Amino acid sequence: MSAAPLFLDRPSPVHRLAPEVKIVATVLFTIVVVATPREHVLPFAGFAVLLAIVAAIARVPAFWLLKRATIELPFVLLAVWLPVAGHGERVDWLGLSLSVDGLYGAWNIVAKGTLGVLASLLLAASTTSRDLIIGLDRLHCPSVFTQIATFMLRYLDVLVDDARRMRIARLSRGYDPRFLWQVKAFAVGVGALFLRAYERGERVYLAMVSRGYTGRLPVTSGEPAPAAQWVASAMLPVASAGIALATVLA
Amino acid sequence: MTPTLRITGLHFAYPDGSVALQGVDLTVAEGERVALLGPNGAGKTTLVLHLNGILHGGSGSVEITGVRVDPADRSRLADIRRRVGIVFQDPDDQLFMPTVAEDVAFGPANLGLRGPELHERVTEALDAVGMGDYRDRAPHHLSFGQRRRVAVATVLAMRPEVLVLDEPSSNLDPASRRELYEILTGLPITILMVTHDLPYALQLCDRSVILDGGRIAADGPTGDLLADAALMERHRLELPFGFNPLIRRT
Repeated sequence: MSAAPLFLDRPSPVHRLAPEVKIVATVLFTIVVVATPREHVLPFAGFAVLLAIVAAIARVPAFWLLKRATIELPFVLLAVWLPVAGHGERVDWLGLSLSVDGLYGAWNIVAKGTLGVLASLLLAASTTSRDLIIGLDRLHCPSVFTQIATFMLRYLDVLVDDARRMRIARLSRGYDPRFLWQVKAFAVGVGALFLRAYERGERVYLAMVSRGYTGRLPVTSGEPAPAAQWVASAMLPVASAGIALATVLA
Repeated sequence: MTPTLRITGLHFAYPDGSVALQGVDLTVAEGERVALLGPNGAGKTTLVLHLNGILHGGSGSVEITGVRVDPADRSRLADIRRRVGIVFQDPDDQLFMPTVAEDVAFGPANLGLRGPELHERVTEALDAVGMGDYRDRAPHHLSFGQRRRVAVATVLAMRPEVLVLDEPSSNLDPASRRELYEILTGLPITILMVTHDLPYALQLCDRSVILDGGRIAADGPTGDLLADAALMERHRLELPFGFNPLIRRT
Protein backbone atom coordinates (compact mmCIF):
# COMPACT_ATOMS: atom_id res chain seq x y z
CA MET A 1 0.00 0.00 0.00
CA SER A 2 1.45 3.29 -1.00
CA ALA A 3 0.97 6.55 0.84
CA ALA A 4 -0.19 8.31 -2.35
CA PRO A 5 -2.21 5.78 -4.34
CA LEU A 6 -4.11 8.47 -6.25
CA PHE A 7 -1.17 10.63 -7.29
CA LEU A 8 -0.23 10.65 -10.99
CA ASP A 9 3.26 12.02 -11.48
CA ARG A 10 3.00 14.18 -14.62
CA PRO A 11 4.85 17.32 -15.66
CA SER A 12 1.80 19.58 -16.08
CA PRO A 13 0.88 23.18 -15.24
CA VAL A 14 -1.82 21.86 -12.88
CA HIS A 15 0.74 19.76 -10.99
CA ARG A 16 2.98 22.81 -10.64
CA LEU A 17 0.28 24.93 -8.97
CA ALA A 18 0.71 25.44 -5.23
CA PRO A 19 -1.47 22.99 -3.28
CA GLU A 20 -3.46 25.66 -1.41
CA VAL A 21 -4.78 27.30 -4.62
CA LYS A 22 -5.89 23.90 -5.95
CA ILE A 23 -7.68 23.06 -2.70
CA VAL A 24 -9.52 26.39 -2.70
CA ALA A 25 -10.45 26.04 -6.39
CA THR A 26 -11.78 22.50 -5.85
CA VAL A 27 -13.86 23.48 -2.83
CA LEU A 28 -15.32 26.56 -4.56
CA PHE A 29 -16.10 24.57 -7.71
CA THR A 30 -17.89 21.93 -5.63
CA ILE A 31 -19.92 24.61 -3.83
CA VAL A 32 -21.01 26.10 -7.18
CA VAL A 33 -22.00 22.65 -8.43
CA VAL A 34 -24.00 21.85 -5.30
CA ALA A 35 -25.68 25.29 -5.31
CA THR A 36 -26.83 25.02 -8.94
CA PRO A 37 -30.59 24.21 -9.05
CA ARG A 38 -31.20 20.65 -10.20
CA GLU A 39 -33.92 21.60 -12.68
CA HIS A 40 -31.28 23.04 -15.01
CA VAL A 41 -29.49 20.36 -16.97
CA LEU A 42 -27.25 22.41 -19.25
CA PRO A 43 -24.95 23.96 -16.61
CA PHE A 44 -23.96 20.46 -15.47
CA ALA A 45 -22.81 19.65 -18.98
CA GLY A 46 -20.82 22.88 -18.83
CA PHE A 47 -19.22 21.84 -15.53
CA ALA A 48 -18.27 18.47 -17.00
CA VAL A 49 -16.63 20.23 -19.96
CA LEU A 50 -14.67 22.45 -17.56
CA LEU A 51 -13.41 19.39 -15.66
CA ALA A 52 -12.48 17.71 -18.95
CA ILE A 53 -10.39 20.76 -19.83
CA VAL A 54 -8.62 20.66 -16.46
CA ALA A 55 -8.02 16.90 -16.86
CA ALA A 56 -6.55 17.51 -20.31
CA ILE A 57 -4.20 20.22 -19.01
CA ALA A 58 -3.21 18.00 -16.06
CA ARG A 59 -2.67 15.09 -18.49
CA VAL A 60 -4.89 12.79 -16.46
CA PRO A 61 -6.39 10.08 -18.75
CA ALA A 62 -10.19 9.87 -18.85
CA PHE A 63 -10.14 6.13 -18.23
CA TRP A 64 -7.99 6.56 -15.12
CA LEU A 65 -10.55 9.05 -13.77
CA LEU A 66 -13.60 6.93 -14.65
CA LYS A 67 -12.15 3.80 -13.10
CA ARG A 68 -11.51 5.57 -9.79
CA ALA A 69 -14.83 7.41 -9.92
CA THR A 70 -16.55 4.04 -9.40
CA ILE A 71 -16.04 4.71 -5.67
CA GLU A 72 -19.34 6.62 -5.82
CA LEU A 73 -21.31 3.62 -7.11
CA PRO A 74 -22.67 2.50 -3.72
CA PHE A 75 -24.09 6.00 -3.19
CA VAL A 76 -25.50 6.22 -6.71
CA LEU A 77 -27.25 2.85 -6.31
CA LEU A 78 -29.43 4.41 -3.63
CA ALA A 79 -30.41 7.13 -6.08
CA VAL A 80 -31.75 4.53 -8.52
CA TRP A 81 -34.62 3.79 -6.13
CA LEU A 82 -35.74 7.39 -5.84
CA PRO A 83 -37.76 7.54 -9.12
CA VAL A 84 -39.51 4.26 -8.29
CA ALA A 85 -40.24 5.03 -4.67
CA GLY A 86 -40.87 8.77 -5.02
CA HIS A 87 -44.25 10.47 -4.51
CA GLY A 88 -46.19 13.11 -6.43
CA GLU A 89 -46.63 13.56 -10.16
CA ARG A 90 -45.67 10.46 -12.17
CA VAL A 91 -44.67 9.76 -15.76
CA ASP A 92 -44.80 6.48 -17.67
CA TRP A 93 -41.59 5.25 -19.27
CA LEU A 94 -41.11 1.77 -20.76
CA GLY A 95 -44.10 0.59 -18.76
CA LEU A 96 -42.66 1.90 -15.50
CA SER A 97 -44.44 4.53 -13.51
CA LEU A 98 -41.78 6.94 -12.30
CA SER A 99 -42.01 9.87 -9.94
CA VAL A 100 -40.96 13.18 -11.52
CA ASP A 101 -39.66 14.41 -8.17
CA GLY A 102 -37.76 11.15 -7.70
CA LEU A 103 -36.21 11.47 -11.16
CA TYR A 104 -34.96 14.94 -10.36
CA GLY A 105 -33.69 13.66 -7.02
CA ALA A 106 -31.75 10.85 -8.67
CA TRP A 107 -30.34 13.18 -11.34
CA ASN A 108 -29.35 15.61 -8.59
CA ILE A 109 -27.37 12.97 -6.68
CA VAL A 110 -25.75 11.39 -9.73
CA ALA A 111 -24.74 14.62 -11.47
CA LYS A 112 -23.50 16.52 -8.43
CA GLY A 113 -21.88 13.44 -6.89
CA THR A 114 -20.02 12.55 -10.07
CA LEU A 115 -18.77 16.09 -10.61
CA GLY A 116 -17.62 16.32 -6.98
CA VAL A 117 -15.82 12.98 -7.14
CA LEU A 118 -14.14 13.88 -10.43
CA ALA A 119 -12.98 17.24 -9.07
CA SER A 120 -11.52 15.58 -5.95
CA LEU A 121 -9.83 12.92 -8.08
CA LEU A 122 -8.25 15.64 -10.23
CA LEU A 123 -6.96 17.34 -7.07
CA ALA A 124 -5.57 14.04 -5.75
CA ALA A 125 -4.03 13.12 -9.09
CA SER A 126 -2.15 16.40 -9.36
CA THR A 127 -1.13 16.87 -5.70
CA THR A 128 0.81 14.50 -3.43
CA SER A 129 -0.68 13.73 -0.02
CA ARG A 130 2.23 15.57 1.55
CA ASP A 131 1.50 18.70 -0.50
CA LEU A 132 -2.20 18.50 0.37
CA ILE A 133 -1.25 18.72 4.06
CA ILE A 134 1.14 21.61 3.38
CA GLY A 135 -1.68 23.34 1.48
CA LEU A 136 -4.12 22.86 4.35
CA ASP A 137 -1.48 24.19 6.73
CA ARG A 138 -1.01 27.33 4.61
CA LEU A 139 -4.78 27.79 4.56
CA HIS A 140 -4.57 27.95 8.37
CA CYS A 141 -6.22 24.63 8.98
CA PRO A 142 -5.76 23.96 12.76
CA SER A 143 -2.33 22.40 13.28
CA VAL A 144 -3.85 19.56 15.31
CA PHE A 145 -5.49 18.26 12.11
CA THR A 146 -2.45 18.72 9.89
CA GLN A 147 -0.17 17.10 12.50
CA ILE A 148 -2.49 14.11 12.80
CA ALA A 149 -2.63 13.82 9.01
CA THR A 150 1.16 14.04 8.78
CA PHE A 151 1.56 11.21 11.26
CA MET A 152 -1.09 9.12 9.55
CA LEU A 153 0.72 9.56 6.26
CA ARG A 154 4.00 8.50 7.80
CA TYR A 155 2.79 5.57 9.87
CA LEU A 156 0.08 4.10 7.66
CA ASP A 157 2.66 2.00 5.80
CA VAL A 158 4.28 0.91 9.06
CA LEU A 159 0.90 -0.17 10.44
CA VAL A 160 -0.11 -1.98 7.26
CA ASP A 161 3.25 -3.75 7.37
CA ASP A 162 2.69 -4.72 11.02
CA ALA A 163 -0.77 -6.05 10.18
CA ARG A 164 0.61 -8.03 7.25
CA ARG A 165 3.36 -9.60 9.35
CA MET A 166 0.89 -10.52 12.08
CA ARG A 167 -1.41 -12.08 9.50
CA ILE A 168 1.43 -14.11 7.99
CA ALA A 169 2.44 -15.24 11.49
CA ARG A 170 -1.16 -16.35 12.16
CA LEU A 171 -1.39 -18.22 8.87
CA SER A 172 1.98 -19.86 9.53
CA ARG A 173 0.56 -21.41 12.67
CA GLY A 174 -2.23 -23.10 10.81
CA TYR A 175 -4.87 -20.39 11.10
CA ASP A 176 -7.33 -20.69 8.25
CA PRO A 177 -10.23 -18.28 8.73
CA ARG A 178 -13.29 -19.63 6.94
CA PHE A 179 -16.08 -19.47 9.50
CA LEU A 180 -17.48 -16.65 11.52
CA TRP A 181 -16.40 -18.11 14.86
CA GLN A 182 -12.81 -18.02 13.66
CA VAL A 183 -12.98 -14.26 13.60
CA LYS A 184 -11.71 -14.19 17.18
CA ALA A 185 -8.04 -14.45 16.21
CA PHE A 186 -8.53 -11.61 13.75
CA ALA A 187 -10.24 -9.46 16.37
CA VAL A 188 -7.50 -10.13 18.89
CA GLY A 189 -5.00 -9.26 16.16
CA VAL A 190 -6.72 -5.91 15.62
CA GLY A 191 -6.53 -5.28 19.37
CA ALA A 192 -2.83 -6.16 19.43
CA LEU A 193 -2.27 -3.85 16.47
CA PHE A 194 -3.98 -1.03 18.35
CA LEU A 195 -1.76 -1.61 21.38
CA ARG A 196 1.34 -1.66 19.20
CA ALA A 197 0.31 1.58 17.52
CA TYR A 198 -0.37 3.12 20.89
CA GLU A 199 3.01 2.08 22.28
CA ARG A 200 4.74 3.27 19.15
CA GLY A 201 2.98 6.60 19.60
CA GLU A 202 4.57 6.88 23.04
CA ARG A 203 8.02 6.04 21.69
CA VAL A 204 7.71 8.47 18.78
CA TYR A 205 6.67 11.18 21.22
CA LEU A 206 9.69 10.47 23.47
CA ALA A 207 12.01 10.64 20.47
CA MET A 208 10.40 13.94 19.41
CA VAL A 209 10.68 15.46 22.90
CA SER A 210 14.34 14.43 22.93
CA ARG A 211 14.83 16.60 19.88
CA GLY A 212 13.21 19.63 21.46
CA TYR A 213 9.53 19.18 20.44
CA THR A 214 7.31 21.59 22.35
CA GLY A 215 3.91 20.93 20.77
CA ARG A 216 4.34 22.69 17.43
CA LEU A 217 5.92 21.26 14.32
CA PRO A 218 8.43 23.70 12.85
CA VAL A 219 7.05 25.83 10.03
CA THR A 220 7.78 24.14 6.75
CA SER A 221 9.81 26.31 4.46
CA GLY A 222 8.51 27.30 1.05
CA GLU A 223 6.94 30.33 -0.51
CA PRO A 224 3.19 30.96 -0.48
CA ALA A 225 1.53 30.80 -3.88
CA PRO A 226 2.10 33.83 -6.16
CA ALA A 227 -0.94 35.86 -7.23
CA ALA A 228 -0.72 34.53 -10.80
CA GLN A 229 -1.43 30.99 -9.52
CA TRP A 230 -4.47 32.18 -7.59
CA VAL A 231 -5.76 33.86 -10.74
CA ALA A 232 -5.09 30.79 -12.89
CA SER A 233 -6.81 28.39 -10.51
CA ALA A 234 -9.70 30.79 -9.91
CA MET A 235 -10.69 30.32 -13.55
CA LEU A 236 -12.37 26.99 -12.77
CA PRO A 237 -14.78 28.19 -10.04
CA VAL A 238 -15.33 31.56 -11.78
CA ALA A 239 -16.20 29.90 -15.10
CA SER A 240 -18.54 27.43 -13.43
CA ALA A 241 -20.23 30.19 -11.44
CA GLY A 242 -20.63 32.13 -14.70
CA ILE A 243 -22.28 29.16 -16.39
CA ALA A 244 -24.60 28.58 -13.43
CA LEU A 245 -25.62 32.25 -13.16
CA ALA A 246 -26.13 32.63 -16.90
CA THR A 247 -28.55 29.69 -17.15
CA VAL A 248 -30.42 30.52 -13.95
CA LEU A 249 -30.91 34.17 -15.02
CA ALA A 250 -31.88 33.15 -18.55
CA MET B 1 38.49 19.64 33.03
CA THR B 2 34.72 19.28 33.28
CA PRO B 3 33.58 15.80 32.22
CA THR B 4 31.02 15.68 29.40
CA LEU B 5 28.76 13.52 31.51
CA ARG B 6 28.67 13.17 35.27
CA ILE B 7 26.01 11.10 37.02
CA THR B 8 26.06 11.01 40.83
CA GLY B 9 23.94 8.87 43.13
CA LEU B 10 21.06 8.53 40.68
CA HIS B 11 18.02 6.72 42.06
CA PHE B 12 14.76 6.16 40.25
CA ALA B 13 11.60 4.15 40.81
CA TYR B 14 8.67 3.93 38.40
CA PRO B 15 5.22 5.03 39.60
CA ASP B 16 4.20 1.38 40.01
CA GLY B 17 6.95 1.03 42.62
CA SER B 18 9.46 -0.99 40.63
CA VAL B 19 12.93 0.31 41.39
CA ALA B 20 15.01 0.82 38.26
CA LEU B 21 18.09 2.73 39.41
CA GLN B 22 19.63 2.50 42.87
CA GLY B 23 22.56 4.85 43.05
CA VAL B 24 24.28 5.09 39.66
CA ASP B 25 27.61 6.93 39.53
CA LEU B 26 29.22 7.40 36.14
CA THR B 27 31.63 9.94 34.67
CA VAL B 28 32.46 10.13 30.99
CA ALA B 29 35.22 12.44 29.74
CA GLU B 30 35.09 14.43 26.53
CA GLY B 31 35.69 12.35 23.41
CA GLU B 32 35.38 9.02 25.23
CA ARG B 33 33.40 6.16 23.72
CA VAL B 34 31.76 4.09 26.44
CA ALA B 35 29.61 0.97 26.10
CA LEU B 36 26.81 0.49 28.62
CA LEU B 37 26.29 -3.25 29.02
CA GLY B 38 23.85 -5.23 31.10
CA PRO B 39 21.11 -7.83 30.99
CA ASN B 40 17.52 -7.05 30.06
CA GLY B 41 15.78 -5.08 32.78
CA ALA B 42 19.04 -3.78 34.24
CA GLY B 43 17.87 -0.17 33.94
CA LYS B 44 19.85 0.82 30.85
CA THR B 45 16.99 2.53 29.02
CA THR B 46 15.84 4.19 32.25
CA LEU B 47 19.33 5.60 32.69
CA VAL B 48 19.42 6.86 29.10
CA LEU B 49 16.10 8.68 29.49
CA HIS B 50 17.54 10.51 32.50
CA LEU B 51 20.36 11.98 30.43
CA ASN B 52 18.11 14.55 28.77
CA GLY B 53 15.57 14.91 31.54
CA ILE B 54 12.72 12.87 30.08
CA LEU B 55 12.66 10.78 33.23
CA HIS B 56 13.32 12.48 36.54
CA GLY B 57 11.98 12.64 40.06
CA GLY B 58 14.38 10.36 41.95
CA SER B 59 17.39 11.52 43.95
CA GLY B 60 20.87 12.14 42.60
CA SER B 61 21.98 14.34 39.74
CA VAL B 62 22.97 14.29 36.08
CA GLU B 63 25.32 16.94 34.71
CA ILE B 64 26.12 17.53 31.05
CA THR B 65 29.41 19.48 30.73
CA GLY B 66 28.84 20.89 34.16
CA VAL B 67 25.19 21.88 33.58
CA ARG B 68 22.77 20.08 35.84
CA VAL B 69 19.75 18.48 34.17
CA ASP B 70 16.81 20.11 35.94
CA PRO B 71 13.35 19.35 34.51
CA ALA B 72 11.89 22.38 36.31
CA ASP B 73 14.09 24.75 34.30
CA ARG B 74 12.45 24.52 30.89
CA SER B 75 14.73 26.91 29.01
CA ARG B 76 17.82 25.08 30.16
CA LEU B 77 16.19 21.74 29.40
CA ALA B 78 15.94 22.72 25.72
CA ASP B 79 19.68 23.35 25.77
CA ILE B 80 20.31 20.00 27.49
CA ARG B 81 18.30 18.24 24.78
CA ARG B 82 20.50 19.85 22.17
CA ARG B 83 23.65 18.72 23.97
CA VAL B 84 22.48 15.13 24.48
CA GLY B 85 21.51 13.42 21.25
CA ILE B 86 19.64 10.15 21.78
CA VAL B 87 19.29 7.72 18.90
CA PHE B 88 16.49 5.33 19.75
CA GLN B 89 16.50 1.66 18.93
CA ASP B 90 13.74 1.59 16.29
CA PRO B 91 14.42 4.11 13.52
CA ASP B 92 10.69 4.09 12.72
CA ASP B 93 10.12 5.69 16.12
CA GLN B 94 12.62 8.39 15.40
CA LEU B 95 11.81 9.17 11.77
CA PHE B 96 8.29 10.52 11.65
CA MET B 97 8.36 13.24 9.00
CA PRO B 98 7.41 12.56 5.38
CA THR B 99 10.91 13.11 3.98
CA VAL B 100 14.43 12.47 5.24
CA ALA B 101 15.44 16.13 5.00
CA GLU B 102 12.39 17.34 6.91
CA ASP B 103 13.08 14.83 9.63
CA VAL B 104 16.71 15.85 9.99
CA ALA B 105 15.56 19.49 10.05
CA PHE B 106 13.07 18.83 12.88
CA GLY B 107 15.62 19.06 15.74
CA PRO B 108 17.55 22.14 14.55
CA ALA B 109 14.24 23.85 13.62
CA ASN B 110 13.10 23.31 17.20
CA LEU B 111 16.30 25.11 18.22
CA GLY B 112 15.16 28.08 16.14
CA LEU B 113 17.22 27.60 12.98
CA ARG B 114 15.59 28.69 9.71
CA GLY B 115 16.39 29.20 6.02
CA PRO B 116 19.88 28.61 4.59
CA GLU B 117 21.38 27.93 8.01
CA LEU B 118 18.89 25.12 8.59
CA HIS B 119 19.50 23.75 5.11
CA GLU B 120 23.23 23.72 5.73
CA ARG B 121 22.79 21.89 9.04
CA VAL B 122 20.72 19.20 7.31
CA THR B 123 23.28 18.77 4.54
CA GLU B 124 26.13 18.58 7.04
CA ALA B 125 24.37 15.90 9.13
CA LEU B 126 23.29 13.80 6.15
CA ASP B 127 26.77 13.96 4.62
CA ALA B 128 28.26 12.83 7.94
CA VAL B 129 26.32 9.55 7.67
CA GLY B 130 26.69 9.24 3.89
CA MET B 131 22.99 9.81 3.18
CA GLY B 132 23.29 13.12 1.34
CA ASP B 133 21.67 11.69 -1.80
CA TYR B 134 18.50 10.65 0.01
CA ARG B 135 17.25 14.06 1.19
CA ASP B 136 13.86 13.94 -0.47
CA ARG B 137 13.13 10.25 -0.02
CA ALA B 138 10.42 9.01 2.31
CA PRO B 139 11.90 7.22 5.35
CA HIS B 140 9.77 4.11 4.80
CA HIS B 141 11.30 3.66 1.35
CA LEU B 142 14.81 3.27 2.79
CA SER B 143 16.46 0.05 3.94
CA PHE B 144 16.68 -0.58 7.66
CA GLY B 145 20.40 0.23 7.75
CA GLN B 146 19.82 3.48 5.87
CA ARG B 147 17.02 4.41 8.27
CA ARG B 148 19.32 3.83 11.24
CA ARG B 149 21.94 6.10 9.63
CA VAL B 150 19.34 8.80 9.02
CA ALA B 151 18.25 8.45 12.65
CA VAL B 152 21.85 9.18 13.67
CA ALA B 153 21.83 12.20 11.32
CA THR B 154 18.62 13.60 12.90
CA VAL B 155 20.53 13.82 16.16
CA LEU B 156 23.87 14.99 14.69
CA ALA B 157 22.02 17.91 13.09
CA MET B 158 21.62 19.33 16.58
CA ARG B 159 25.44 19.27 17.04
CA PRO B 160 25.26 17.39 20.34
CA GLU B 161 28.12 17.07 22.80
CA VAL B 162 27.29 13.49 23.66
CA LEU B 163 25.72 10.94 21.35
CA VAL B 164 23.69 8.25 23.11
CA LEU B 165 22.86 5.18 21.03
CA ASP B 166 20.34 2.56 22.12
CA GLU B 167 21.26 -0.78 20.54
CA PRO B 168 22.80 0.77 17.41
CA SER B 169 23.69 -2.55 15.80
CA SER B 170 20.37 -4.36 16.35
CA ASN B 171 18.79 -5.78 13.19
CA LEU B 172 21.64 -4.57 10.99
CA ASP B 173 23.26 -6.83 8.44
CA PRO B 174 27.05 -7.18 8.82
CA ALA B 175 27.80 -4.63 6.08
CA SER B 176 25.45 -2.01 7.55
CA ARG B 177 26.93 -2.76 10.95
CA ARG B 178 30.44 -2.06 9.67
CA GLU B 179 29.30 1.09 7.83
CA LEU B 180 27.77 2.40 11.04
CA TYR B 181 31.02 1.55 12.86
CA GLU B 182 32.98 3.61 10.34
CA ILE B 183 30.59 6.54 10.70
CA LEU B 184 30.66 6.46 14.51
CA THR B 185 34.44 6.17 14.81
CA GLY B 186 34.78 9.10 12.41
CA LEU B 187 32.73 11.41 14.63
CA PRO B 188 34.70 13.69 16.97
CA ILE B 189 32.13 13.32 19.73
CA THR B 190 31.56 11.64 23.08
CA ILE B 191 29.56 8.43 22.67
CA LEU B 192 27.58 6.37 25.16
CA MET B 193 26.32 3.20 23.55
CA VAL B 194 23.78 0.84 25.11
CA THR B 195 24.21 -2.60 23.62
CA HIS B 196 23.92 -6.36 23.95
CA ASP B 197 26.28 -6.74 21.01
CA LEU B 198 29.50 -7.39 22.93
CA PRO B 199 31.83 -7.72 19.91
CA TYR B 200 30.51 -4.36 18.69
CA ALA B 201 31.22 -2.84 22.12
CA LEU B 202 34.77 -4.17 21.94
CA GLN B 203 35.21 -2.86 18.43
CA LEU B 204 33.89 0.64 19.13
CA CYS B 205 34.52 1.40 22.78
CA ASP B 206 37.74 1.22 24.78
CA ARG B 207 35.77 1.48 27.99
CA SER B 208 32.67 -0.37 29.16
CA VAL B 209 30.43 -0.22 32.20
CA ILE B 210 28.12 -3.00 33.31
CA LEU B 211 24.79 -1.92 34.75
CA ASP B 212 22.92 -4.56 36.73
CA GLY B 213 20.16 -4.28 39.26
CA GLY B 214 20.16 -0.50 38.90
CA ARG B 215 23.82 -0.14 39.89
CA ILE B 216 27.13 0.12 38.05
CA ALA B 217 28.59 -3.33 38.67
CA ALA B 218 31.84 -2.94 36.76
CA ASP B 219 33.74 -0.24 34.92
CA GLY B 220 36.92 -0.80 32.96
CA PRO B 221 38.57 -1.48 29.61
CA THR B 222 36.11 -3.39 27.42
CA GLY B 223 38.57 -6.18 26.64
CA ASP B 224 39.28 -6.82 30.34
CA LEU B 225 35.58 -6.96 31.26
CA LEU B 226 34.68 -9.32 28.43
CA ALA B 227 37.60 -11.62 29.31
CA ASP B 228 36.51 -11.90 32.96
CA ALA B 229 34.33 -15.00 32.72
CA ALA B 230 33.15 -14.92 36.35
CA LEU B 231 32.10 -11.27 36.11
CA MET B 232 30.30 -11.89 32.84
CA GLU B 233 28.38 -14.83 34.22
CA ARG B 234 27.34 -12.92 37.34
CA HIS B 235 25.64 -10.33 35.18
CA ARG B 236 24.03 -12.62 32.60
CA LEU B 237 26.37 -11.48 29.85
CA GLU B 238 27.49 -14.03 27.29
CA LEU B 239 29.85 -13.80 24.39
CA PRO B 240 28.71 -15.12 21.01
CA PHE B 241 29.83 -18.62 20.19
CA GLY B 242 33.42 -18.75 19.02
CA PHE B 243 34.23 -15.17 19.98
CA ASN B 244 37.47 -14.57 21.85
CA PRO B 245 37.78 -11.05 23.31
CA LEU B 246 41.53 -11.43 23.80
CA ILE B 247 42.14 -11.46 20.07
CA ARG B 248 41.91 -7.74 19.33
CA ARG B 249 41.13 -6.36 15.91
CA THR B 250 44.16 -5.30 13.96
